[in-house]
Amino acid sequence: MVFINVNRQERAVDMPSDTPLLWALRDYLGLTGTKFGCGVAQCGACTVHVNGSPTRSCVTPLSAVVGKNVTTIEGLSARGDHPLQKAFLADNAFQCGYCTPGQIMQAAALLAKNRKPTRAQIASHMAGHICRCGCYNQIVAAVEHAAKEA
Amino acid sequence: MNAPTVRIELLEGVAFQGITRRAFLVSAGGLGVTVAFGGTGGLKKALAQAAGFAPNAWIRIAADGGVTLVSPGSEMGQGTMTAMPLLIAEEMDLDWSKVKVEHAPHMPKLYGNPLFGGNMIVGASRTMRGYYEIMRLAGMQAREVMILNAARRWKVPAGELATEPHHVVHRASGRRMSYGEIAGFAEVPADLPPIARDKLKPPSQFRLIGKDIARIDGPDKVAGRAQYGIDTRLPGMLYATVLRAPVTGEGPESIDDAEARKVPGVKNIVRMPYGVGVIASNYPAALKARNALKVTWTSRSKARAYTTDRLLTEYAGRARNLADTGVVYEAHGDAKGAMAKAAKRLTAEYTSVNVTHVCMEPTNCTAQVDGERIEFWAPTQSRFGVFLAAVKGLGFKPENVRINVTLLGGGFGRRAENDYAFDAGFLAKAVPGTPVKVVWTREDDVQYTKTRPLTVQRVEAGLDAQGNLIAFHHRIVSESIYARFAPPAFEKAGGRDLPVCEGAFEPTYGYPNFLLEYLREQRGVDVAVWRSVGGGYTKFAIETFLEEVAAAAGKDPIELRMQMLAKQPRGQAVLREVMALSDWNRKRPAGRALGIAYADIWESYIAMVAEVSVDRKSGKVNVHELWSAVDCGVAVQPRNVELQIEGAAIFGLSGLREKLIFKDGVPQQSNYHDYPVLRGNETPKITTKVLVTNNKPGGIGEVGLPPVAPAVANAVFKLTGKRLRALPFDTAQLRTA
Repeated sequence: MVFINVNRQERAVDMPSDTPLLWALRDYLGLTGTKFGCGVAQCGACTVHVNGSPTRSCVTPLSAVVGKNVTTIEGLSARGDHPLQKAFLADNAFQCGYCTPGQIMQAAALLAKNRKPTRAQIASHMAGHICRCGCYNQIVAAVEHAAKEA
Repeated sequence: MNAPTVRIELLEGVAFQGITRRAFLVSAGGLGVTVAFGGTGGLKKALAQAAGFAPNAWIRIAADGGVTLVSPGSEMGQGTMTAMPLLIAEEMDLDWSKVKVEHAPHMPKLYGNPLFGGNMIVGASRTMRGYYEIMRLAGMQAREVMILNAARRWKVPAGELATEPHHVVHRASGRRMSYGEIAGFAEVPADLPPIARDKLKPPSQFRLIGKDIARIDGPDKVAGRAQYGIDTRLPGMLYATVLRAPVTGEGPESIDDAEARKVPGVKNIVRMPYGVGVIASNYPAALKARNALKVTWTSRSKARAYTTDRLLTEYAGRARNLADTGVVYEAHGDAKGAMAKAAKRLTAEYTSVNVTHVCMEPTNCTAQVDGERIEFWAPTQSRFGVFLAAVKGLGFKPENVRINVTLLGGGFGRRAENDYAFDAGFLAKAVPGTPVKVVWTREDDVQYTKTRPLTVQRVEAGLDAQGNLIAFHHRIVSESIYARFAPPAFEKAGGRDLPVCEGAFEPTYGYPNFLLEYLREQRGVDVAVWRSVGGGYTKFAIETFLEEVAAAAGKDPIELRMQMLAKQPRGQAVLREVMALSDWNRKRPAGRALGIAYADIWESYIAMVAEVSVDRKSGKVNVHELWSAVDCGVAVQPRNVELQIEGAAIFGLSGLREKLIFKDGVPQQSNYHDYPVLRGNETPKITTKVLVTNNKPGGIGEVGLPPVAPAVANAVFKLTGKRLRALPFDTAQLRTA
């Protein structure tokens, strides 16, 4: 049994401690907003926050987050109304939507540290995330708009 | 495709909720697309929790006014889950804020797409084209039902009533009744309102069509609540992975699973025709066990000779052998005769290697077997394909197959296949009563993909003494998609492969003599549809080659296109619009150039301009900006059309460098690190203009892709004098160092 803190709650996970955090979140805790994309930290779909830092949960073993605070898309805001979530809707920054939670978590970590990122800073911060539908320009716009909102 | 004739038939004695009612069949091209009144036996199942009134198979109204509409498509990002129900809402005069949407079950008689022979398949940009009229007729008919019920209650002639959003109104007396109230007492009237096209709203009265309505799937997607296939969770569910044979057509010869069975959590290990399935209590355990399997594979497959370089050489040899005519796909006039008499002839060869979809959601499916019944939870573009996997592949009776369609984390053609459904069904049979979710790793997804075919094209043009284009001869050498994917369609078409030759047939250019030949190869690797399919390489060949033709004829390439589109005002219009949008005649900074291309495909018209530079040291092609103008007829959701064009253009830009290289039948790439798709920091600014026309809707999910490669390549020629003829681009030839 591994005890981890997810979205401000202590949770017990009955999986080996080398299990990637991704599968504990999705399959054990039912937090399916965090997505499996590549398994090798190449696409960003599985991004969560660990102590506020954007982290690829597919390559992070459970043992590495013991005693730390994990935040998933489900814990980002109470009603899906984080400025980024509103901006992604307003700017049509999704199509299939599969990469969206990871994109939003990555962007949220940026805005938490930098309230006025430049377009270039946003593009560089988001470069680790793949959107196969091709919403990249809308995603940058949404992050810019959310920064203005926040 | 021409609009089918609407025919109305009366079906007597259809039972729904214990009451015998009548059903009207709106028959689209004789293919039996039903707008069932009051419902059929099948509808009863579709409306299992049918609290409320169902005027037809697409609509259910609760007493509180909430309306549930059925969407026949698969939501893989293109917005059909919004656009399809919106068509009903438009004609029924619904208040869109009260609408919820459900995905249709597999009931082709009720929900089939006439453009797929009445089957439930989503792809080839055929959803809006196939359902545009059906959905509107269903909405119009339901509106009539609401009016008839209000008329009966108020005892006034129906002709005195009108509707306002979600209400029937009697203007003479000032009375109003909401659809919710009507649903409380409504019956399907005995004198059913006729279904007539001329009663559909004229575009001037559209309240929803042509406006930008927020996507219905948006709030769940940004909140992380959206349910994709991979998110399926069922009580007692087990997780599975499949170790597949490394080469298509091979299977396990011997399996040593002693170590694998020792992994904690492993429940079962199953021999499959093409691999070994591992079922476990959690996914990481299944993967651990899979890694512990020792399997030897058969070595009988033809695909073992599938090596990219060898194929390119052999296909090119075939393309050059004009005596080998393959199948004549399309011919007008006498291309060979005219070519023989031409004053000048030009020839070029184009190649494209295999590419794969890498949808963000890895391939997956869930299934449960209970006795003789099977149920699927499938992120699929093809309910029909899943159904076939169950019936033909796994031996279930048609009436015992239930298919739930989830959201799709991308499709792009990958999910038009059914290999994942076969996986899930096969493994679920091994653990009856227990749901099994099969998830492919990304490496599985890349290596066991169904790829866009490798092709070699040969194009030849003949010019007369005045430089007029008098003959065009196009040859495409490729494995067949249809022969495997849709054998009846392939046979019926006389061996013509429609997706492979897409973009090359039925040209809007007025060639006086035209010949298109398809030369089929059979090399043992499964080839398949990939966003835009043929359009992705045929337009590359045509639209770059035409610039060479123009040069040889001493003509401006845009002028040449305009002349060839003399009878195609929609084609000319998009070219003119994109020139204006990109400010075509403005001089660009040193080292930059513009290229242009045109595409007529899926009943839509597009022209695109790319602003490009080339790094002559590395050969790297940089695309700085793209502009496109599109006429897709009625744009049901104009902003969404722009976004689809942009998304497909980015897919096309990515395709300029994508390659899945085979060696002895085995793909050499495995994940995003060695199959790099375009990322955000590489994406140019893209501007799209949607031309407003009242033509019937054309496809929009793919049309942004075909013009990308030729527009960029045409700009590269201006900068370097080099003609790019390969996909991915052969950028080595652009280096000057």
